[in-house]
Amino acid sequence: MTLLSVRDLHVDFTITNSAPWPWQTPDKVRAVNGVTFDLAAGKTLGIVGESGCGKSTLIRAIAGLATPTGGTVHLDGKQVNYLDRRNVLDLRRNVQMIFQDPVASLNPRMTVQQTIEEPIRQFFPKRSAADRKARVTELLDRVGIPQRNANRYPHEFSGGQCQRIGIARALAAEPRLLLCDEPVSALDVSIQAQVMNLLRDLQREMNLTLIFVAHDIGIVRHISDDVLVMYLGGMMELGRARDVVRNAQHPYTQALLSAVPVPDPDVKVIPQILTGDLPSPLNLPKGCFFQGRCPHAVAACADARPALRDINGAQVACIRAEEVVAN
Amino acid sequence: MTLLSVENLSIQFETPDGLVHAVNDVSFQIGRGETQALVGESGSGKSQIALSILGLLAKNARTSGKILYNGRDLLAMSTRELNKIRAKEIAMIFQDPMSSLNPYMTIERQLNESLELHEGLKGDAARQRVIEVMDAVQIPDAKNRLRSYPHEFSGGMRQRIVIAMALLCNPKLILADEPTTALDVTVQAQIMRLLEDIRRDFDTSILLITHDLGVVAGACEDTLVLYSGKVMERAGTRALFAEPQHPYTRGLLRAVPNIHDDDGELHAIPGQPPNTMRALTGCPFAPRCVDAVDACFATVPELTGETRQRACIRPVEELT
Repeated sequence: MTLLSVRDLHVDFTITNSAPWPWQTPDKVRAVNGVTFDLAAGKTLGIVGESGCGKSTLIRAIAGLATPTGGTVHLDGKQVNYLDRRNVLDLRRNVQMIFQDPVASLNPRMTVQQTIEEPIRQFFPKRSAADRKARVTELLDRVGIPQRNANRYPHEFSGGQCQRIGIARALAAEPRLLLCDEPVSALDVSIQAQVMNLLRDLQREMNLTLIFVAHDIGIVRHISDDVLVMYLGGMMELGRARDVVRNAQHPYTQALLSAVPVPDPDVKVIPQILTGDLPSPLNLPKGCFFQGRCPHAVAACADARPALRDINGAQVACIRAEEVVAN
Repeated sequence: MTLLSVENLSIQFETPDGLVHAVNDVSFQIGRGETQALVGESGSGKSQIALSILGLLAKNARTSGKILYNGRDLLAMSTRELNKIRAKEIAMIFQDPMSSLNPYMTIERQLNESLELHEGLKGDAARQRVIEVMDAVQIPDAKNRLRSYPHEFSGGMRQRIVIAMALLCNPKLILADEPTTALDVTVQAQIMRLLEDIRRDFDTSILLITHDLGVVAGACEDTLVLYSGKVMERAGTRALFAEPQHPYTRGLLRAVPNIHDDDGELHAIPGQPPNTMRALTGCPFAPRCVDAVDACFATVPELTGETRQRACIRPVEELT
C-alpha cells in the first residue's frame, strides 16, 4: 500500500536581492526539479547525491520545512498541505524528522526527559503526567539511553547518544513516516553502525516508513529497499537498492559508485574521474543536467531533458542508458 | 632513509576541567617518498599529532617526547627556527578548504606569501611559479583566476588551491589532515589521485590523516591505527586490511558499510567513545572490547612486534 506519493515536485528559492528594481526578474535557485516517486508503507527509500543535489530540500519539502513551488505530495491518499490549520497537527504527528547534527538539533536548555516529553504533550494532550513519564521511559529504553540519564542536558552526551535522543523524540509522536536527513554523517564509524542498526530494528518493530538521505551510498544501500539517485535537483535513477549498486544504469550513478573508496587494498576500483565542477543550480544546463560532465554524452543529450524510462526494472533518466550499460 | 621520526610523543592539554590526555606515547617514522596513514575516530589525537609536528598546538598544550626531522628535534625549536621549516620543508593541507584560506585576500596574494618569505621570489617570477603550481593541481585557466577570491571557487577547487599552497616551495613532507573529508566522493577521488601524482612526481612524503578506511586502503603503504591517543596497531596497509590483529582494528573494519557486500548486517562496536580526561590505566579500548579480560583494564599494553606492531596483551590466536 502506498503511503507517500510525490508527483513532479519542484522547489525553487528566489534570491530577492538579485533584482532590486521591479522590472527585473530575480534569480532562482532550482533546488528540486520534478521529483516523482511512490513509497509503500513499511519500506525505506534511500536518497543519495552529492552536496547541492537537492536531497535535503526534497525531504524538507515533504516535512513542510520548505515550500514546494510545484507538484504535489500525498500522504495516505490525502494531499499534504501544511497551510491547512485543521489538519496540520495530524500531519506533523505523522511525519517526523531526524536531523544531521545530533547536538544542534536538541534544545540545550531542555533535559532529555523534557525533550522527549514535548511531542507527547503536543500531540497527545489527554495523556496524564504518569503516562507521559512511562512513555519516555519506554522510549529511552528502546533507543538504549540509561534511565538514570533522563534529567541530564544534551551537552553531557556524546554525538551518538544525542542522535539516539533525537530518534526517541521523533518516535514519541508515533509517526508513520520518518524522514532521516543524514542522521549518521556526523558520527564516527563505530558509532554510526550502532545508530544504523538501531534505526533498522525500530523500523522492523514499528513498521515505520523511512526516507533516508545520505551522501554515502554504502550506508544508504544497507538500510534501503529502493534508492533514488539525484543530481542538481533532478532524478537520475530510481530502482531497487541492490540493482542500483550492482547494476547501475545511469552514467552518473556509475561514476558515483566508482568513486566510493573500498576498504580493501586488494579491490582495485579505478574511479571514473569526473571532469569539471557541479553546474550552478541558478543556471541549469540545457537538456540532461549531467550532460556537461558525462563521459558518454552526445549532441542529442543537450536537446531535451530526458524523461524517466523503465529499464531493467529501474527508472532511468538517460537517453543512452542501454548503450552505456552494454559497454 | 628516515625523514621524520616521532619518538614517544605525548600531548596533554591543561583545561579548567583538568588534564586532557590527547596523545599517549606515539612513535612512528616516515621515509622519503612514503605515504603513512594515521587512522582514528574523532578524539583519537590524530590531528594533534600533525599540529605538533609544525609547532601549531594550542597554548595550553604540554608535550613530551621527540619529533626528529632530519635529525633535528622540532619540539625543541623556537618559533623563528620553525618558521624556516613551515611551508618550506613541511607543509600542511588542512581539512576545511574554506576556513584555511583568507576570505579577504586574492588567491595570488595568499600563494605569494610563502614564496616571498622562503624563496625571495617577487613580481613576475613569483606569479610564474604560482601559475605553474596551479596548473600542476589542475585548476583550469589559472592565469585568469589569480585575482579571484576564495568564495569564487567551489569546494573541490578551493581544496586544490590549499594543496597548491602546500606545494609551492617543494616541501619534503606534506601533512594532509583529512584533505577530503569536506568533499563529495567524486571530488574526493580527484583529490586523492592528485596527491598520488604529487608523491610520485616530486618524491614527497605524505602523512595522511583520516577517519576513512576506504581512503587509506587506496592510498597508503603503511597504516597506524589510533584510539584515544594511543597506537593500537601498525602494519603495512595490505596486511592490516587482510589480517587485522587488534580487536579495535577488526571492529572498525567490520563497522564500515561495504557497497559490494550483500549482508545487511552492520557490525557496530558497542559502547561509547573514550574519555580522554583520565590518564590511561589500562588499554583504552578495553571497555568496548569483546575480547577484554581483567588484565586489560589493569595494564597499559605495550606496542610489540617488528615489521608489524600491535598493542594488545591477548595473543592473536585467542581473539574472536
